[in-house]
Amino acid sequence: MVGRTSAEREALDAQNRRVMAVFTRAGFDFIAPDIIQPADMFLEASGENIRSRTYVFTDPSGRELCLRPDLTVPACRYHLSHAKDISGEARYCYSGPAFRFQPGDAGRLNPTEFDQAGIEWYSAQGPEAAEAEVLGLAIKAVDAAGLKSYRIRTGDLGLFHALLDSIDMPERWRHRLLHQFWRPNSFRKLLDRLTDECAKPRSSISAHVDAVATGDLSGAIAYVERQLSDGDLPLAGGRSVEDIARRLLEKAQDRSEKRLAPGDRKLIEDYLATEGPLPEIAASFQQLRGNSPAFAAALNYFSRRLKEIKKRRIAVDGAVFSAVFGRSLEYYTGFVFEIETDIDGNTVQIAGGGRYDSLMTEIGAPRKVPAVGCAIHTERLLAALRSSR
Amino acid sequence: MSGSLALALPSKGRLMEAAQLLFARAGLRVERAGASRGYRGTLLGIDGISVMFLSAGEIVTALQEGAADLGVTGEDLLSEADALHESPLEILLKLGFGHADVAVAIPECWFDVAAMADLDEISSEFYARHRRRLRVATKYMAITRRFFAEKGVTGYRIVESSGATEGAPALGSAEIIVDITTTGATLKANHLKVLDDGIILKSEAVLAVRRHLAGDERAEALLTRLATNLRPRA
Repeated sequence: MVGRTSAEREALDAQNRRVMAVFTRAGFDFIAPDIIQPADMFLEASGENIRSRTYVFTDPSGRELCLRPDLTVPACRYHLSHAKDISGEARYCYSGPAFRFQPGDAGRLNPTEFDQAGIEWYSAQGPEAAEAEVLGLAIKAVDAAGLKSYRIRTGDLGLFHALLDSIDMPERWRHRLLHQFWRPNSFRKLLDRLTDECAKPRSSISAHVDAVATGDLSGAIAYVERQLSDGDLPLAGGRSVEDIARRLLEKAQDRSEKRLAPGDRKLIEDYLATEGPLPEIAASFQQLRGNSPAFAAALNYFSRRLKEIKKRRIAVDGAVFSAVFGRSLEYYTGFVFEIETDIDGNTVQIAGGGRYDSLMTEIGAPRKVPAVGCAIHTERLLAALRSSR
Repeated sequence: MSGSLALALPSKGRLMEAAQLLFARAGLRVERAGASRGYRGTLLGIDGISVMFLSAGEIVTALQEGAADLGVTGEDLLSEADALHESPLEILLKLGFGHADVAVAIPECWFDVAAMADLDEISSEFYARHRRRLRVATKYMAITRRFFAEKGVTGYRIVESSGATEGAPALGSAEIIVDITTTGATLKANHLKVLDDGIILKSEAVLAVRRHLAGDERAEALLTRLATNLRPRA
């Protein structure tokens, strides 16, 4: 694409004015975060997946900058520098360009530069109501643009956290399972490892694990220090002797740790297989064994949110809940949703959002700032409107 | 020599010597053109093939851009170009020399890390503690990205490195490297070790061609001559 014609520009502008009118009428402050952002913020908060699609450059003074790949992090930075009290409630909306390198061919549905319109809501009173409100506004916005047919998918990472909390296992196993949640293959392999009693094949570090197996942390630290001095090895790579020793010890403990019970594995798998109409899905959770206090609390939260959604008369009859649904961006922590539609036979995501309670601290906030938001890919929205005509 | 196929050969190093030996065994001689100080020539033995001498990296670029039709270069460089963007190139023949591995190497002092899965665990720990990602120094950015994604490792970032990659961990500019290694001696000297499942690619020298020329009779003739004169694998 070498630019938009005046007619194309006006069509997109007109659509986005209708979208933004929904957000501003709902009381969201229309801000304009910077387009050029410090690269580190995105590179560190997002990992290589986003990094490989971010336009990174060096300015004449040598600072590493980037063109924002989305507006969530820029809105967070805006809040951290503008808000009198970062823990105070704030509601922002925005509409502006974002940039993503498209490996292969940049097409109409995957342009390298596109306009993103969205909202971010920090420290909301009543988090479940705020989640319902954000979902409702996303739907209202695509309705206002004129989109007639679309599907809504939702998920809830909070439920999965609570489910793992309700199962007896070492905390580090929970971390690993949460970490692998996004990747079905790795997740299954990890479950195999945690369930399986049989002997593992020896690896290149098994001898080290053997050596620390019978001792404690100080023994493991002494062992690592001895290995360093015997092998005349420098301590490189930014990890301390204690980091290495502690993890070596964990590896040894993993060997003797009580395996994950087959029933618990089944519970995890049954939960992750849960998928169905959002309004009725809570019934399937009740059938899952292991309604511990933690899981019951998360279920309660889920039901309160659903009540808030219904109270707002948000049309979710056709909406689907899927336990494995999560956005591929790593920062979501709770409720997640997306709005998708078909364009020329392809399923295309038009809008997405959810709760991300740890992003603010990751980019430097001194305390936790709960956040929920959503963003619309406005070029795709326009393409969907045109193809349905 | 318009209408002839352009064959790019390595201009220096062990790759050049091994390629020369193979061509000699195949009864093919390169007659260098005097005027251009030896950087161009003609292939004697098969009609209609002209020769240009370039570095292995330049050969990939020349093939990609169409300045060369055929080339002898490293599989590692071709794979990287291929992973980066849809490549018009095809490997006609593996030549049996220039063997080397593209591998993931970590500090030898990480006694608790054996495999890519460990790296993934370390990465979240490292991020939680330092608020920054593990850095991987490499010139093979595209194949590194693909390999890490296949192995389910995400919490890292790539630092581009164009030379002396093996020194990055000691200098503190990266924690991990992805680099080409033949004997492992350079890694060892820099106190690095290859992960148990860290071999990304077993590379060797190859004869590559621009895809639309794969059936060309001159290319076929060259392929046949070289294929029948390869050294049997030791």
